[in-house]
Amino acid sequence: MIAVAPTPLPAGSDVIAAAMVAAGCRFFAGYPMTPFTEILEAMARRLPQAGGVCLNAESEIEAIGMCWGAAAAGTLAATGSTGQGLSLMQESLAEMALARLPLVVVDMARGQGDYFQATRGGGHGDYRLPVLAPIDVAEAVAHVKLAFTWAEAWRTPVLVLGDYYLAHTHRSVAEPTRSTPLPPPWSLDGTTGGSGHAKLISPLGTTKQRDGLGGEAGYDLSVHYHDAAARTATMLRCLPPQTESLYLDDAELVVIAYGTPAAYVRAAVRELRARGARVGYLRPVTLVPFPSAAIARLTGSARAVAVYENNTGQALDDVRLAVEGRVPVRWIGGLSMDASGFGIAPDLDVRILSRRIEEAMP
Amino acid sequence: MTDRPMLPIIPSATAPTRPATLLHDRTPDLIDVGAHQLCPGCGEPVALRAIVEAVAELDLTRACVAVFGIGCYTAFSNNLDIEVVQALHGRAPSVATGLVRARPELTVLTVQGDGDMVNEGLQEVLHAAARGERIACFMLDNGVLGETGGHMTAATPLGQRTKNTLEGRDAARHGHPIELSDLVARLDGTRYVARGAVNSAVNVHRTKKLIHGALRARQHGFALVEILTMCPTGWFVDTTEAPDYLVQRRGPDQILGVVKDTTRPTT
Repeated sequence: MIAVAPTPLPAGSDVIAAAMVAAGCRFFAGYPMTPFTEILEAMARRLPQAGGVCLNAESEIEAIGMCWGAAAAGTLAATGSTGQGLSLMQESLAEMALARLPLVVVDMARGQGDYFQATRGGGHGDYRLPVLAPIDVAEAVAHVKLAFTWAEAWRTPVLVLGDYYLAHTHRSVAEPTRSTPLPPPWSLDGTTGGSGHAKLISPLGTTKQRDGLGGEAGYDLSVHYHDAAARTATMLRCLPPQTESLYLDDAELVVIAYGTPAAYVRAAVRELRARGARVGYLRPVTLVPFPSAAIARLTGSARAVAVYENNTGQALDDVRLAVEGRVPVRWIGGLSMDASGFGIAPDLDVRILSRRIEEAMP
Repeated sequence: MTDRPMLPIIPSATAPTRPATLLHDRTPDLIDVGAHQLCPGCGEPVALRAIVEAVAELDLTRACVAVFGIGCYTAFSNNLDIEVVQALHGRAPSVATGLVRARPELTVLTVQGDGDMVNEGLQEVLHAAARGERIACFMLDNGVLGETGGHMTAATPLGQRTKNTLEGRDAARHGHPIELSDLVARLDGTRYVARGAVNSAVNVHRTKKLIHGALRARQHGFALVEILTMCPTGWFVDTTEAPDYLVQRRGPDQILGVVKDTTRPTT
């Protein structure tokens, strides 16, 4: 027999980094923080090989500032962190949405405590960022590509919400083929200087006063904020909410979960089905836009809805809003973590989850 | 206070007898609209004019992106005919870093105030300088947060009155000023640091030379020019007295000229 040394499977972080480079990302800046750190390490290794730039910023605030500049220059840029680091980036995220700058943010959260931060934003003002929540490494690869597509198409930051499990699961995934996008026509390269129509990228306005708006000097924020609100509304109308579901047709109870914990919930629902329980499963794949219509439809057949997430109840609010009181919404989630606080949840155990689901059955 | 001939006063109580006619338009090419809403006596348009004139003189008009911070000067960014990225308060050096790393062929400059650069963004400018980013930063330093109405910054000189230091800045109560130019000059990534002022025609002319120096030096590494500007509104002084007040407050301990230049061969 010939001994073959096993090839180690790549970690989720490395696969996500490869997916970003393949999607055309050529600029990354970040600051280490568990469980995001390995994505920064992988980008530092991979981007220079692809002709890109990876910078170690002095903090998350500067990391997203660097991405702001690179994005203005027409380079596909990405950054990331964990909830705490994302808190530092919120001012820039809110203003980049106003400045119409594309950016992909990979948030490797600790547990699921960052649902509100991801879907509402900790930033100021009236903005919304599309948010994708992959269940596993393979879906994360697809989501990274989709995130860059949406970021470019809608000129907005897009968030991919992962966690410790996603970053550290080792899994074999086919490396996606690489694309190299051209800088978009709105991006800056200096060449419109002196033309009488030099380009401007600003969260305060995209029209210069000489173009007929803004009065004597400065920007007209009333025009700009109304335009931004209209664009956001259009984006939220046009982006398709995505779901994954099982056994909805005859389910008396539908369990809702998202992200990597949904994989455990899905397994528990399958096991309960095998034992004859009329239970279903629905996973919001996009958190913004939230699949409210799909959840509202459940109330025509199911007698109750249950929500699992590893926090004190955040997506729970969105489910309640979608259900509008037509059936009971039962909470089967809760904070669960080990001593590290990184989001490794003892509750993510099919036996524990099965018991909670059974107890929630109508 | 030095003796200065009084400027002719144009009476404004009665309507002029005939409409005004434009005799000379000396607006530089890269300023689309000369009109602005900055206060009378403000030094910032003078400094900005010097910067865009230097850009044109060095033939950088079609290869330049300016990153603006947040301050009174921000509105004037809209009057310029060079490409502009508007950054958040304090964040221009990291935005400029992203721009120049993504497009190394660009000449990237920042325009910030002392509140923007020394208060909110001190970390940004120090790290950009230490990394030796190939950018030129211009700090319009009037010693107050002008846009909010004249409040103390970290660069406010001792003794200067502001809206939140009404008795004058006192070291015991408000701390000592941060001398940014000296701080940045000590970092190895910095190639050029200079201090200019726009309180007189002579100093504007000298400052333009320093701006030239910074725009040339940025090809090799980080460059900074601190430009002392007047803010009569924030300083509570008459418009015509502001240039002299600047000299009084900043002159003795703020040497104008080149602070550091490692682009010249040492002898």
